[in-house]
Amino acid sequence: MPDKRLIWVGVALLLAMALFLFWGLRGKVWFIMELRATKLAALLCVGIAIGTATVLFQTLSHNRIMTPSIMGFDALFLLLQTGLVFALGSVGYAQLPAFGGFVLEAAVMVAAAVALFGWLLKRTRQDLQLMILVGIIIGLMFRALTSFAQRLMDPSEFTMVQGAMFAQFSGVDDGALLASAVVLLGILAWLWPRHAVLDVMALGRAQARGLGVAYDWLQFQILCTIAALVSVSTALVGPLTFLGLLVASLAHSLMRTHRHSLLLPAAALIAALVLVAGQTLFDRVLQLQSTLSVVIEFGGGMLFLVLLARGHIR
Amino acid sequence: MMKMSELSYSVSGTDILRDISVEIPARGMTALIGPNGAGKSTLLHLMSRQMEPMSGQVVIDGQDLATITAQARALKLAVVAQHLNIASRIRIRDLVGFGRWPHARNRPTAEDRAWVTDAMTHFDLIALQDRFLDEVSGGQRQRAFIAMAYAQDTEWLLLDEPLNNLDLHHARSLMARLRDMADHQGKSIVIVLHDLNYAISWADHVVALRAGRVAFEGPVQAMATGENLSNLYQTPVAMDHVDGRPFARYHR
Repeated sequence: MPDKRLIWVGVALLLAMALFLFWGLRGKVWFIMELRATKLAALLCVGIAIGTATVLFQTLSHNRIMTPSIMGFDALFLLLQTGLVFALGSVGYAQLPAFGGFVLEAAVMVAAAVALFGWLLKRTRQDLQLMILVGIIIGLMFRALTSFAQRLMDPSEFTMVQGAMFAQFSGVDDGALLASAVVLLGILAWLWPRHAVLDVMALGRAQARGLGVAYDWLQFQILCTIAALVSVSTALVGPLTFLGLLVASLAHSLMRTHRHSLLLPAAALIAALVLVAGQTLFDRVLQLQSTLSVVIEFGGGMLFLVLLARGHIR
Repeated sequence: MMKMSELSYSVSGTDILRDISVEIPARGMTALIGPNGAGKSTLLHLMSRQMEPMSGQVVIDGQDLATITAQARALKLAVVAQHLNIASRIRIRDLVGFGRWPHARNRPTAEDRAWVTDAMTHFDLIALQDRFLDEVSGGQRQRAFIAMAYAQDTEWLLLDEPLNNLDLHHARSLMARLRDMADHQGKSIVIVLHDLNYAISWADHVVALRAGRVAFEGPVQAMATGENLSNLYQTPVAMDHVDGRPFARYHR
């Protein structure tokens, strides 16, 4: 029997999905439906990936104001993408198959993230503040390197990269979407049996090890997972800094529990709900284009400030 | 019996512990004492393999701790650390419940639940069981962690300065509970203590560390002399007897 609160969020999500698909449907119905379904699938993938990744990252870092993007995960992804365009040229980059290209990018991203953040966690394990600061600075460095590489490009290559720089929910590529969905499902299938051991890991490294959990190995695996999840969402729509913080925080205050069997689905569902409902509102009611990410980032950013100002995060 | 042989540990070239070879008897209470920075907590961490020694080994009942799995280790010894902070929002009952993880994983049986209730009863936590860990006092939190280690039901129980946040009543009842576990449940308890009088009046065995080496070790009665303790702390300690029990005077 799933938790009642989860069911409510699930029902709300289904309603939002139905509204998104069927509201204001006229003209070439099947053509529009197909467009909308693709977009809806992308929104769901991104929501689930970001919600899950943020809860996982907060569990690993034992800190409730952390998101993978504060630590520069998505900056790393953009750097990799810019690097690819830079190395292959716009023609070579455009010729990469969407599916294979995505898998390649995700794999490189996972390898790079694990090398970097694994090292960072190890070096600064004693000092969480230090780890946050180093993460922010490394993220800045990635962004600086990215824009430096972009200066060196010719204009056609630059337009190629520019598309990836800002969160956009329209114009999602079918091949990338399929690859994302496959990666996402694989990750969720791997993650689900581990929800209970995540509860133990949230107790902290020393406690978890004392209870017989192979903490370092699991932490390494989950870092890989987070990197892959961030790749999924960044590849589909671009960087979203504060959405994860927003939904992880909502999930925590809704569920009021330490149990990942509730927290993970709650965060995933809430993130999907925020994205789908927000996109419906913007597309159908306000008739605006591609400003959803701005509003979400604004809301999430405000929440971040509130959390910081309150001083302690529960 | 826990046998440590030639244990060494260093941090960036500075020796914290050097050539520690000690045997700690099973079924009893052993106090680890010594001045600040002597290496007591480090030794406790090496015993529980929270840290790995640079050289040497720890053997419990003929088994080298380095060669058994983390799971097997968690069934053999439980640890209560000195700094207890948890970021996740968790209730006291759930925390104590994690003590059964090595036995039950995430499928606790009726027996596991009975253990948890038992542990909370012993450490005076029943009234607090539904409170969140970040809503109780430092001493109550400490008791919750000790109850969790108790619920782990291991032969060895290692505690790092467990009296730190406890008031007189709870400090004394914790020591009485540990004593009872050693005497009647056959537990082996290793405890880092700063208060000399708690150490000499409750423990059977003492291991004194100074500057990363063993200063002295053996039965409390024989080893806790004014001369030994004065040398250990480089401070005058006089031994008295009050009601037939040793009593150390050092506070003035």
